[in-house]
Order: sequence, then structure tokens, then C-alpha cells
Amino acid sequence: MKGNHVKSLHARLGALVAGMSLLFAAPALAQGAKPAELKLGITTFSSGPASVFGVPAKAAAEQWIEEFNAAGGINGVKITPVFIDEGLGGDKLLTEYRRVVQEQGVKVMLSAISSGNCNIVAPVAEDLKVLNVMWDCGTEKLLEDRRYKYVVRTQANAVTEMVATVVYLLKTKPDFKTIAVVNQDYAWGRDSWEIFRNTLQALKPDVKVVAELFPKFGAPDFSTEISRLQALKPDVILSTSWGGDLDTFVRQAGQRGLMKSSLFVLPLAESSAERLGAALPEGVIIGARGDHYFLHPELKDEPKHKAFVEKFRARTRSYPIYPVYHMVAALQAVADGHNKAIKANKGQWPSTEQVAGAMHGLEFKGLTRAVKIREDGQGLEDQLLGMTRNRAGYAFPVMENMMIVPADLVTTPVGQKSPEWVKTLKPDVLKSDRIKVYAK
Amino acid sequence: MSFELLMLAAADGFSYAGLLFLVSLGLTLIFGVQGILNVAHGSLYAFGGYTAATLAIWAAEKQAPTWVLLAALVLAALVVGVILGGILEIGLLRRVQDKDPVLQLLVTFAAFLIFEDLQRLIWGVSPYSSTEVVSRLGNFDIFGITYTAYQLLLIPAVAFGVYLGLLFALRRTRLGKQIIAVTHHREVATALGINARKIGLIAFIMGAFLGALGGALAAPTTSLVPGVGTDMIVLSFSVVATAGLGQITGALITALLIGLARSVAVYTVPELEVAVPYLIMVAVLLVRPNGLFTVAQARRI
Amino acid sequence: MARLFDIRILTIAGSLLCLILGLAFPWSKTPIIVGLCFGIATLGVAAMVRAGQVSFGHAMYACIAGYTVAFLARAWPQLDGLLLILAGVGASLFAGAIVGVFVVRYRGIFFGMLNLAISMVLYSVIGKFYAITGGTDGLRINRPTLLGIEFERAGFETVLLVGTLLAAIGLGILVQRYFQSASGEALAGIKTNETRLEYLGLSARRVLWDGYLFSAGLVGLSGALFALVQGLVTPDIGSWLRSGEFVFIAILGGSGHAIGAFLGAAVFELVKLFAAAYMTGIWQMLLGITLIVVILVAPEGIVGLLMKKSALATPRRKSPWGTRREENKWTP
Repeated sequence: MKGNHVKSLHARLGALVAGMSLLFAAPALAQGAKPAELKLGITTFSSGPASVFGVPAKAAAEQWIEEFNAAGGINGVKITPVFIDEGLGGDKLLTEYRRVVQEQGVKVMLSAISSGNCNIVAPVAEDLKVLNVMWDCGTEKLLEDRRYKYVVRTQANAVTEMVATVVYLLKTKPDFKTIAVVNQDYAWGRDSWEIFRNTLQALKPDVKVVAELFPKFGAPDFSTEISRLQALKPDVILSTSWGGDLDTFVRQAGQRGLMKSSLFVLPLAESSAERLGAALPEGVIIGARGDHYFLHPELKDEPKHKAFVEKFRARTRSYPIYPVYHMVAALQAVADGHNKAIKANKGQWPSTEQVAGAMHGLEFKGLTRAVKIREDGQGLEDQLLGMTRNRAGYAFPVMENMMIVPADLVTTPVGQKSPEWVKTLKPDVLKSDRIKVYAK
Repeated sequence: MSFELLMLAAADGFSYAGLLFLVSLGLTLIFGVQGILNVAHGSLYAFGGYTAATLAIWAAEKQAPTWVLLAALVLAALVVGVILGGILEIGLLRRVQDKDPVLQLLVTFAAFLIFEDLQRLIWGVSPYSSTEVVSRLGNFDIFGITYTAYQLLLIPAVAFGVYLGLLFALRRTRLGKQIIAVTHHREVATALGINARKIGLIAFIMGAFLGALGGALAAPTTSLVPGVGTDMIVLSFSVVATAGLGQITGALITALLIGLARSVAVYTVPELEVAVPYLIMVAVLLVRPNGLFTVAQARRI
Repeated sequence: MARLFDIRILTIAGSLLCLILGLAFPWSKTPIIVGLCFGIATLGVAAMVRAGQVSFGHAMYACIAGYTVAFLARAWPQLDGLLLILAGVGASLFAGAIVGVFVVRYRGIFFGMLNLAISMVLYSVIGKFYAITGGTDGLRINRPTLLGIEFERAGFETVLLVGTLLAAIGLGILVQRYFQSASGEALAGIKTNETRLEYLGLSARRVLWDGYLFSAGLVGLSGALFALVQGLVTPDIGSWLRSGEFVFIAILGGSGHAIGAFLGAAVFELVKLFAAAYMTGIWQMLLGITLIVVILVAPEGIVGLLMKKSALATPRRKSPWGTRREENKWTP
């Protein structure tokens, strides 16, 4: 018995030592030598409620990388994705994140969808000196509170999205008096409302907020909230909810006629529209967290965009929603960033530090309008909003009366803090001729 | 808070209480007969909901009449109750019947974990729903507020109907009396010639059916997403423990109490909405350690 | 005492494995620390299980300690990590002492339910008061100093790993001693025959209260450590699912010996890690199947299995799990 124990311990130790020596013996890549492949870590939700975003985005990543590799990759280097499920929870995500970086040698991470997860991974990426592209999370505080060398965001943040929503609302319905909000009770729901409210108060101070409701995340029933809203009769009802929460809220509100008496503003509803189908009525203001839409007023017929949409539909049997566009944008940015760094490095393969440097100031074009990454790492992504309308050929309402708001007009300038900045907004912003309106 | 608002809150609380009662009733029935607190009960709720939505979507596409849509909901609950309930009871619980109650409870916890992933493998992650039946049944107004007939009338009516039906069945039918006998004392009942095994299985399937029925009736108004059963478990636990384990009428009253308190909280202190059922539970258990309606007797149904 | 010798070797081998793995693969330090935290918490829950009481709310003490750490670290960033941990444990002991007064009056299912209810109140209140608690997103904690020294991430984690490991070993030994001491046996007496316990002149409630306080402190310590290693506390560390996982691990490991808690936690973490890397999407299913297999094959847990295998197992008192059903039928 005793002998066995000792023996197995020896064996185990031996294996460990062998493993360790292998680890240390792995030859460090010489600077400038082209790697065999570029391992790209991608965190996305495969489980949990946010998998409504994660699953289509993962399909998009696979589709894009297949095509990209077939076309030669980055200077001949192919991209190999490593997917991590964000739905496991913050601690498991962090463990997996570090495992792929520290063990599998991943140098570039696309992370994350959830703002909470972005908060967790950003400081770690900086410590580990790995390029982290925040591809879908909205928290603006992250890049405002601290200057990161290795962390960039390839899409807009919550400020851009919310201010643009206020702009659209005020331009299409300038004369409303009361507003109520029903948001999910977590950081996104709370923070997005704070930005929206402060912006609205700066641009139209006479609006009265009649109810601020924060039902819990994942609530299955909004009956009481809807009764209360029917009693209050606000002109406008805002909800930045998404996924199952938004679906349930829209369904129950629709069933009880609330959507007839109030104007609904749902900045994330583009991602729910196809699922909701006829349950989403006409005349609702919806947005897509960026300027992406498969019926993009400028780019819907552009060959690259059109081909992507068709292929994506064939693959997943649904239209691409905003996280799909965000994923493609982030992948394109990584590719372009590498190419830019290679050029600056006289054709040699760049270090992670050089790529991270190249990402700042990069201008790239995903499937829709070009995005510029500022020196603080924040991407400037224009915002597209519209109003739902039924149209022949689609089993769900699509956007019409679309408007594209340029990002720099509605984004906190570098070095300023958003809570103060939105309060300084002037109604003049509504008159800017750079806001493009597409009638029909 | 005005009287009018109180009435509105009551209306909303009613429908919620109806669903909560159905699920809790299943849980308390199973406990009464089997002595097992079934953690997997939330999964039955979720499976019932998903199956009902799947059936109802299919029926709605075929332009089925309203009664068929309603029947589809019940059918879904029946299928889930019989299949999953049967698998749970025969495949799992019987094997641990003689083990420590802690182990029995843990086995249902394990089953819950397995069902959670199974449900995602079957139905995926996108929200599921079928609202057709709600719009078919139409709306009506109270105090200028529009309600759906489905939520305000149908769900409470079904819940109350099930309550009366179960009371009748337990008191007046042979099977019901056998169930009560087993609940009283399994060994004595067996000695009297009752097949306690069979009765246990039937009661378990009935309980599973009620849990699934709660989910099936919720399906037309809510969106089914992964994790939908998780909250239902603790909520129905709190109803059952507050009422007293095995108390049918108690569960009805407690579900109403919790439903009403919750919607009053949305109007007055929305911060406490989620905590309300548990605050009630703590308060009740501190004053009456065995629940509100438990009386000093062996009988649990 | 051949049996003890086995366990000693197991402990030493396990500790060495933790250290070597942690130093060789830096990413593995966090899962190892988390696993040890789960083990420490399970020690506490296992103490309750020995008394025949299963709490579905013990994670609330991890939550209380974690949030205490977070609040203090945010209010006074210069506070040392060790002080934060002590404060966290203190807070959970304080809460455990008060809650304990009420819950020790309950047995069986109602004990579990009351703990569940209290933890759910805490969980939902923390999730709701966004301005104070950060809501469901929780509060971030910046790396504090440890023993007055400021560390980089790598050093910080190494120190935490070593510290947690030492604490785990020390507590494991302490708990094992407690189990074998008079008060530990009295605690087990609540399960086997409470009336007899009272005849011996002991107050069952007092005995259970002592055990409850002890277990609250252990779970609290795990919560404080967990908060520091993750740099973040969320209400999830106090959710009923987490409490269920503690019970899960206690059963998995077996409560025959304190080391069961750590063996259970190791298996639990390994299954989760394995599933995260290779079988995304079905980790809960894997855990569930593992649990069912353990309950059917080895109802006394991994420890029970090991002890049975060891032919030299010393005679023990009646197994804590194999008692007949009638003896501990849950109330009512």
C-alpha cells in the first residue's frame, strides 16, 4: 500500500517535471520571424441569456475567418480562433483567458460581450501584455478611467449610442412631455439610462420622467410594470433591454395595447426584430448599436456586404444582427492593425506591443461605414436608428426613416468624462447637417 | 397608495399567483407522498414551457382553432409530466429510496443540473415563445387599464380549477384516498394492501405534470430562455415552506399572498420586489417554524 | 495508524501538486486558489452535514465576507489584504452568531429552508441596491498590499496561493480535530440521537450554534479569499446555486474525514475546468452525472471509497451516512 503511494507520487512528479521542461524548452519566437499561425482568442456567450448575441457572433467569426484564411490571411499567416464561453461566469472566464494566453501562446484576444467581463479582462490584458480588442461591450468608463496600452475598442460605447438615440427621438418627435424607462437591473440598464436622462435634460429640459422601473434581469413577467405604465400614460417609453427580457416586455406590452398609447424607443431592438416578428408593431424607434444593418441605406447593395449577408443567411438561417457586424469589425481591425504594424516594421512580423501601438489611430472598414480608433483606444462608430415598418418580403418589421448620426458628434472627446460632458450638450447638435436622414 | 392602485396591483398579482400556485402545488404533492423536496421541479417548469411553446407554434402555423392551442398547452404539460416525471421517479429516485434524505435531495439537484444543459441542447439559446393564444382570447379594460383575458381570467381559473379538482380527487376517489393513506404512513398503507410504489409513481407524475403545466401556461406570455426554471425552484420552495410542507390550501393562500405582495411592492418599494417572497418566508418561519398552515398531525395532504 | 499515514501522504502530495502546478503554469494559480476556497467553505458545510443539517444558504457567509472586503478596500485602499480577510471573517462570524440563534431551533428541511430564505433576502437586496453594492455587476477590488508589501499580479497570486494552501491544511487539521473532540462528537450526536444528547446534559441548540458559528467563519474565510483572488465580488457568490454547490462538494468528497472537502473540491474544479476547455455547454451535465454516479456507487463520498479500499482502516463509529431512514426522517 505504502509503496504504491510513493511510487505513484514519483510517477506523477516525474511527469510534471517532464511537462515543465517541455514548457521552458519551447523556443521563444525570434523577433520578426513570421509565426506559423496567428492564434486569436475570442470570448463570446455560448450559454446564458446573452448567447442570443454570442452564438450568431461566433458563426460570423467562423465564416469571416474561413474566407479570410482562404484569401491568404495576414501576410500569409492564417488566423486560428480559440473560443471561450463567457457564460461560465467571471472567474472561469478569467481562468480560461489566462490559460489560452499563458499556455497556448495566444497574443490577441477579442473580449468581451458583457461590460462586466470587459472590466475583468482589461486590467489582466494590460498585465499580461496581450492585445485585447473589446468587440461588443458598451461601458464607456473603462477607457475613460485609465489609459490602456493593450486595450482598444472597435465599436462605439454607451455614450455614443445613447446620445444618438436621444438625437433621433428629438428629431422625429420633438414635442413629447413625459417619458418612462423600463431597463434591466444591471450595469448596462442603469448606466445607459443615466446617460440618456442627462442628455435629454441637457437638450430638452422640460421633459418629465414619470417612472423609472428596473425589473430584475431575466424577469419572466412585466404585468405589473405594464399596468403601472398604462396608468401613467407616458408619451415615450424607453427600454435598453435586450434578448429574452426585451422580447417578453414587447410581447406583453403589445398584448395589452401599451404600444398603441406610447411611443416606444428600443435602442437594441434590431437584434430582437426577426425573433419577435409580428409581435413588434410598426412605429417603434429601434437601433442597432452602430451603423450596421442588413438594409443599410448606403451599403445594402455593396457587393462585399451583400455577399456576406447572403452567406450568413445560408449558414444560420437568420439575418445578421449587430453583434455579427461588431465581430466582423473587430476581426477586420485586427487584420488591418497587423498589416499596418508590418508596414511600419519594414515588412517584418511585429511584436504584440507594435501591433497594439498600430491599433491606436487605426482607421478600418468592416461591413458598413469606416471606424476610427482614437488615441485613447475608443472606436468612433456612427449610429444608425430607424422606425419599424412592415415591408413585403420580410416576416418581421424592418427599419425605415433611417438616420445615421456621425460618431464624433455624439461621443465624449478624449480626456473628458462622460457624465460631465453630456450635460454640456447644446440643442444645436440636432441641427447639424452631418446627420444624414434617409426618407424611406 | 390609493384603492384604485391596490386593485390594479391585485389584478396583476392574481395571474402571477396562479402560475406560482400550480408549480408549488406539484412540489408540495410530491413532498407529501414521497418525502422528497424535488429541486428538479424547476426543470419540469422549463421543459413544460418549451414543449408547450414548440407545440403551440406548430399549431398556430396550421391555423388551428383556439381550443386546440389551449389543448396543446395541456398536452405539452402531460407529455413532460409523464416522460420526465417517470424517468426521474423510476430511473433515479427509486434507486436512492433507502438512502439519507440529504442524498435524495442532492440527486434531484444533480438531475436539475443535467436537465439545464439538456434543455439548451434541445431548444438552443434563443428566446422561445408563442403568443398566438393570448391575442385570440382578447383584451378587456378595468379602470382604464387593458388586461389580457388569458392572464387575468384563464390562468387564475385554471389554477383554481386544478385546486378544486385535486381536493375532490383526494377526498372522493379511490386513488386519492390511497394517496392520502400513503402520505399518512407508507408502511401502514402497504400493510393495508396499497401498492405504495405505484401510488408514489402516480403522485410524482401528477406533481411533475403540475410543474410542467405552470411552465406551459406561462409560455404564451413570457419568453423562455436558458435558466428560466432556476428562479422558479426557489420561488416555489418559498411558497411550499411558508405554507407548510404538503399543505394544498396553504399553498394556494401563500401563493396569493406572495403574488399580491410582490405587485404591491412594484408600486411602492420596487427595490424589494425580488426579496418580498423570501422576507415573507423568513418572517413566517420565525413565528411558525413549520409553516403557516401545518397543524399538529401526521397527515400532510 | 496506517490510515492517518495515508491521509498525510495524500495531503503532502496534494499540496506539492498545487504548488508545482501553480508555479509551472501561472494561469492555474487562480483555479487552484478557487478550488481551495471551495474546499475551505465545504469544510464548514460538512460540519453542518455531520450534524445531519443541510443548509441551502451558507454561501451568504461568503457573500457577507466578500462584500465586507470590497467595502473596506474601497473605503480605505491602504488597508492590508490580511486585515481585509480578518475583517471579512469577523463580519461573517458576527452574522453567523446572530442568524445562528434563530436557525438552531430548526432541524432538517426547515433548517435548510430558513437558511435558504435568509440568503435569498441578502442576495436580492444586494442585487437591487445598485448605488451601494454595484448591483448584479458587483464591486471591483484593487489589489491590496499583503503583509505591507506591494505585489505585481504574479507575486500577489503566488502569495495568496501559498497562504490559502497553508490555511487549508491548518483548517483541515483543525476541523478533523474538532470532529474527533467531545464537542465535535456532540455535533454528530444531533444527527444520530438528539434526545440522548440532551440527557447527557448538553444543550443541543448550544452545540449546533457552536458548529454553525464555526461553519459560518469557514465559509466567510473562503469568501474573503475568493474576493481577493478574483478582484471582484458579485451577488452570485451568495446565490442558492453556490450554496448547493458547497453541499454538492461535501457529498462528493464525503464527510468521513476533513480531507474529503478538498478532494471533492478538486474533482468539482477539475470537471468544471475540463468542461470549460473541451466540452463547452455541458459542464452542468457533467457535474450532475458525476454527482449521481458518486451517490449511487459511493454514497459515503470519495473519502468513504478510499477508506473502504484501505484494508487497514481503523474501526470507526457508525458511518455518518449509512443510518437507517427512520432515524433521521426529516420533520415533520
